[in-house]
Amino acid sequence: MAEHELTCIGCPLGCALRVETDDTGAVVRVTGNTCKRGEDYGRREVTCPTRTVTSTVRVAGGKEPVVPVRTRTDIPKDRIFACMEAVRQAHIAAPVSIGDVVLHNVCGTGVDVIASKAVPARE
Amino acid sequence: MRHDIVIIGGGPAGLAAAISAREAGVEDVLILEREQELGGILNQCIHNGFGLHTFQEELTGPEYAARYIEKAQALGIPAQLGATVIDLAREDGVLTVTCVSRQAGLQCIQAGAVVLCMGCRERPRGALNIPGCRPAGIFSAGTAQRLVNREGYLPGRKVVILGSGDIGLIMARRMTLEGAQVQCVAEIQPYSGGLKRNIVQCLDDYGIPLKLSHTVVDIRGKERVEGVTIAAVDDRMQPIPGTEEDIPCDTLLLSVGLIPENELSRQIGVEISPATNGPRVNESLETSIPGVFACGNVLHVHDLVDYVSEEAEQAGRNAARAVLGQSAETGREIPLSPTGAIRYTVPATLDPARMQETLTVRFRVKETVKSGQIRVLLDGKEVLRRNRPIMAPGEMEQAVLKKEWFTGTEQTLEVWAGPREGGNTNG
Amino acid sequence: MKPYDVVVIGAGVTGAAVARELSRRKGRFVVVERSGDVGEGTSKANSAIVHAGFDALPGTLKAKMNVQGSQVMEDLARELDIPYRRNGALVTCLNPEDLPHLQELYERGLQNGVQGLRLLSGDEARAMEPNLSQRVCGALLAETSAIICPFELTLGLAESAVQNGVEFRFSTAVQGLEKTETGWRVHTSQDVLETRVVVNAAGVAAGELHNAVCDRPIHIVPRKGEYMLLDKTVGDHVSHTIFQLPGKLGKGVLVSPTVHGNLLVGPTALDVEDPEDLAVTAAGLKDLQEKAALAVDRLPLRQVITSFAGMRAHETGDDFVLEETAENFFDAAGIESPGLSSAPAIGAYLADRIAQKLSLPENPDFDPIRHAVPHLAGMSPQERAARIRENPAYGAIVCRCEQISEGEILDAIHAPLGARTLDGVKRRTRAGMGRCQAGFCSPRVMELLARELHTDLLAVRKNGPESRLVVEQIRGEDKP
Repeated sequence: MAEHELTCIGCPLGCALRVETDDTGAVVRVTGNTCKRGEDYGRREVTCPTRTVTSTVRVAGGKEPVVPVRTRTDIPKDRIFACMEAVRQAHIAAPVSIGDVVLHNVCGTGVDVIASKAVPARE
Repeated sequence: MRHDIVIIGGGPAGLAAAISAREAGVEDVLILEREQELGGILNQCIHNGFGLHTFQEELTGPEYAARYIEKAQALGIPAQLGATVIDLAREDGVLTVTCVSRQAGLQCIQAGAVVLCMGCRERPRGALNIPGCRPAGIFSAGTAQRLVNREGYLPGRKVVILGSGDIGLIMARRMTLEGAQVQCVAEIQPYSGGLKRNIVQCLDDYGIPLKLSHTVVDIRGKERVEGVTIAAVDDRMQPIPGTEEDIPCDTLLLSVGLIPENELSRQIGVEISPATNGPRVNESLETSIPGVFACGNVLHVHDLVDYVSEEAEQAGRNAARAVLGQSAETGREIPLSPTGAIRYTVPATLDPARMQETLTVRFRVKETVKSGQIRVLLDGKEVLRRNRPIMAPGEMEQAVLKKEWFTGTEQTLEVWAGPREGGNTNG
Repeated sequence: MKPYDVVVIGAGVTGAAVARELSRRKGRFVVVERSGDVGEGTSKANSAIVHAGFDALPGTLKAKMNVQGSQVMEDLARELDIPYRRNGALVTCLNPEDLPHLQELYERGLQNGVQGLRLLSGDEARAMEPNLSQRVCGALLAETSAIICPFELTLGLAESAVQNGVEFRFSTAVQGLEKTETGWRVHTSQDVLETRVVVNAAGVAAGELHNAVCDRPIHIVPRKGEYMLLDKTVGDHVSHTIFQLPGKLGKGVLVSPTVHGNLLVGPTALDVEDPEDLAVTAAGLKDLQEKAALAVDRLPLRQVITSFAGMRAHETGDDFVLEETAENFFDAAGIESPGLSSAPAIGAYLADRIAQKLSLPENPDFDPIRHAVPHLAGMSPQERAARIRENPAYGAIVCRCEQISEGEILDAIHAPLGARTLDGVKRRTRAGMGRCQAGFCSPRVMELLARELHTDLLAVRKNGPESRLVVEQIRGEDKP
């Protein structure tokens, strides 16, 4: 049995969560949340914490030198720096649209890195 | 040149105001935007966390902006880019917006109504009177954000952040991800100025210490920052001798507050509230100058863009009503009195005759309130009571008023926040 | 290579004034400056006052140069296209026991030949300046006192000199002086210059140069002065420059409007060891706040937008050193307050003596008129519209606080002594000097500097060579 006290990052409310786990590490109960999202976060955070990673990728021939990108969904927290390394090496040619895939299955996480802003080509 | 509604600023507030004004039936809406693209500061806020409230999904800044830009474009709302408003005036009841741009030169535009959506700026170092040298390497967090996210340059490698505003927290993580070492975040207040979720995911995740009740007391370095000294402060925020700690670094980021940008509002003579540094507005978000409305961070600094959009939609709708002659005759103005732990409310006055079915009153508390409660008293009689587990100065609160409460004779309207019985005030 | 007629060491206001006055004659003149821009020392951070001239003791060079300088400054400002405003000064007396000293100051002013002096009662002074403290029991009004922008004066003089043929070399530190048969050999960090005459206008470093060539040493003490600059919204808190009569409460600090509409409070006075110690101190700021409040009520100190420190070159003899110290070596040393006010007179005085000595002929092509970078925010809408039609870059606002356009910044970069750094642009155009203190515009100005100077953002500096602003390009444009 263990208790974990967390602050939910699901939304700006920042609920104070209490997550109880049993001896195998499995979550028994989440309290203090005010929505389902909070319970999910609590469960995940003590077993396999994940985060969305946002950064930028260089653009060739664009009106702007870089395009903001994000992981489409969360990736495991311990893969953040590996993901960043891949993002640093990546590049994409203009024009770029929102949602364009910049990196498939980044670092084997099963999650794509996608563009989060449109960058038109330079005239 | 004349337009029914001129929106000054094409960030989240301006976009939402323009869209709602158009949807409320005003064809002739013009957005004036000083940058080369719409979206405002969201374009450099590449992190996620926007739009949960509005779209029930977590978007990045540019994605959130794109939703509104696409909608404005679909509605055919014209926007002049690179157009900076340099003057705003009202003569004989006519509003004139003067702006300059590369393409159109100097233009004097007459407007039926103006919506102020200029946003806010960061408080600079000078305002803090931090002693020390004036080398390169001192940036406001937003300036660093632009350099990193839009230009692709790292402003420094070893960073101290003063102030725990959200932009500072976000930049702590951002620069860490790009290989910089963030030594600590020093916050002079005993509480953080940013959202709790940002403390967790930007500082705790990366082991960056948050030093509450600490400030920077010296900056060293002749040409580039070489280090700073931080010290603990007492409850009057004065540095405590003997607590100084030297931290070598090449960069100091400041995230010490945002100030609504009301230069134009002042030019036209809009009354400014000393509590918000933004215009004093009524229930229609109209300023003391008839026909001039305000919303978003120029009105008061928000934590969440979702609420900026919501507020701006109201302002746009109200501006449309004014232009279309649909505003009810002004009846009486009831002042909203912030009491208890509340520092200010927006709006500051309310005319029940012009109020819609509901009215969202937004406010901030002066100090952290645990086991708190919000109460609304109309002529001393409680009409609303809501419990809040915790209220903090860094997080905006709201109360929704209902038109049905007003019968036409009310004199006082009090919005109160404080600890409920058995609760306590802290800080 | 033909030797120079004159090498002026130091591109502060004194060196620039000497250079411009020399350019009225024909000759080969160069100004060498160790930093990267004009006015980087004492000239950039001072009280920005053109003193009337009542302060210095009669008969001193300070008194003579100040009164002469003050008399020509308005015309000079017009020629150089720089702001100047004769706002008048009030020396306030805060203690009835000190009133006799006010009288002394008045009489000293008369002796120095200062016009427009008048003694006022406390109430008369308050009638002119409603925010004066009730403590003020008398005041000396000096109608000819004025305000000016010290950097723009320095730049204006220097650019006028350039237009009239003077050469400027920046990032060129003088490392040694060698006497030759015909004059001097000046060893610099860049090269060696042969010249007939050397002018020592090296500010806080002038003592060192003097002592290297002369066995009657002078002693220059770096004296630090801290200032606070307040927002334009409170720039009219006082209209005159408000001095405090030195008395029991110490020397006092001044409160003054600036030509750009801000309010300036300062300076402190602290002798320091390190002439480059420009750190602002908590004690200094506290001292300013307390002292300023003695003479002026309701000072809106919440409106401080920046604080800074300047270094004055105080000579222990307490007067300017203006003489031919060694054969063909002219000193302009110990130029502290009223050095800014005196600069035009010092320039003329030294240039005359040098011209006489070297028999330099008149320069018939000398053109006194110089044009500054246009300031669009100060123009009428019609004039502004016309300017933007001529050059659309004047319509693209870069600094929103001060409404400075891209066109003005480009002009500043491409001027005769063009801006090379962020601070250089700021001082020439005011971009970044407003209430956001460059938060919004600095990335944009950095880009313009990089673009116009054909370099990279990594090479853009705030001021000195080590003051780079960004350290690494983390995402370059993809180069195929």
